[in-house]
Amino acid sequence: MKAEEIFEKVRAKFAGDVATGFNDGKGGDRDAWFLVEPYRIEDVATFLKTDPELHFDYLECVTGIDYPDDKQIRVVYHVYSYVKRHRIVLKCLLDREDPALPTVSSVWPTANWQERECFDLLGVLFDGHPDLRRLLLPDDWEGHPLRKDYVEADEYHGIPTTRPNPIELFAIKVPSKAAPLADAKKEGGP
Amino acid sequence: MDGSKLNLMVPSAGYDARYADDQGSVITTRVDQTINWLLNWGRSNSIWYMLFGLACCAIELMQTGGPRGDFERFGSAPRPSPRSSDLFIIAGTLTYKMALRVRRLFDQMSEPRYVISMGSCSNCGGLFQYAYSVCKGVDQIIPVDVYVPGCPPRPEALLEGLLKIQEQIKSERYLQYRYGVGVTPEVSLLG
Repeated sequence: MKAEEIFEKVRAKFAGDVATGFNDGKGGDRDAWFLVEPYRIEDVATFLKTDPELHFDYLECVTGIDYPDDKQIRVVYHVYSYVKRHRIVLKCLLDREDPALPTVSSVWPTANWQERECFDLLGVLFDGHPDLRRLLLPDDWEGHPLRKDYVEADEYHGIPTTRPNPIELFAIKVPSKAAPLADAKKEGGP
Repeated sequence: MDGSKLNLMVPSAGYDARYADDQGSVITTRVDQTINWLLNWGRSNSIWYMLFGLACCAIELMQTGGPRGDFERFGSAPRPSPRSSDLFIIAGTLTYKMALRVRRLFDQMSEPRYVISMGSCSNCGGLFQYAYSVCKGVDQIIPVDVYVPGCPPRPEALLEGLLKIQEQIKSERYLQYRYGVGVTPEVSLLG
C-alpha cells in the first residue's frame, strides 16, 4: 500500500484534523510522513495495527526532536508492516514547555523502553505508561540532555565534569607549522 | 672493625652495626630486605586482574588474555571478583553511571591494589570528552598507577603496562612503606 493511500485511509477513519500535513518524502525526507494530533495517537496506533489492510505490526523507532525556535518537541514514530511490506512515519507536535501525549505501549509493547528513552533524554511525558523511569541515565540525573538548552552540571556526585587542557595546564609551547624557526628565535632559541 | 685489615665482604660499619663483627665468610643482608624481595617476587608474578570491560578496549583486553598476548605467562590471571584481584584494568569508556560502580568495586578490592587506565577514554574521556554522560578520566575517582594510551591500545601496549606494574611492585618496600622508594619509614615492623 502506498503511503498516500495509508494517509487517506487514516484521515477517512478519524473525523476532524487528526491526521494532516501529508508529505510524500520526495522533497528530501526519506520516508513519507504525516502529522497526528497528539491526544489521538493511541487511537491512530490501534487503527494502524488492527486494520487488516494496514497491519502495521512493528514499531521500529520512537524518538523525539527538540525545536527551541518553534517552541516545539516533535515525537516521531516509525512503523512498519512485515506482512504488507510498507512503512509510514507519524509525527506529533508537542508544546515544549509541557510535552505530554498518550502512550502507545499498550499497542506495541516495544514502545515501553523507547518511550522511556524519549522521556529520559527529552522529558516527554507519556500518559498511561506502565513504568516511566529513566532508561539510560542514572535515576538521580537532573535535566534532559537532548534538549538544546541543556547545560551540563559542574559535577556529578563530586566528580568534576570538566578536565583541564594539558597544553594550557603545563604551558606547552606548540611551534607553528609555518615558521617554527622564527618562533624559536623570537624566544631566544637557536 | 679493625682498620688495618681490609675485608670487602664485610658490610661497612655505618651500614649496620649489628654485623660489624662478621668476618667475611658469609654475605649478610637484612632480614626485612629478604622478606621484601620475597613478597615482591611473589606479588609481581601473580597479579590477578579483575574482569572489567567497558567498551571496545575490552576486546583488546580479551586479545591480551588470548594465546598471542598471553597475559598469563606473567602470572596474571583473570578473576571474576574484586575481592580476590590485585589489578583493576579500566578498559573502555567510563560513564558517570558506571563511575559510581567503579568506585565501589575499587573500594571492595583489598590492598595492595593497582589500577591500569587502559585507552584514551578512561585516561581523559578521549573521543567522548565533550559528552554529557562520560566521565573525563578515571583518575578523577580512583588513583591510577599506569596509563596505557591508545584507542584502543594494542595487546603489546597493555602487556607493557603490566610490566610497568611489575616494576612498581618490585621497587616497593612493603615492610616499611607501601609507596616508599626513598621514603624514610616512620615505623619499621622488624625494629
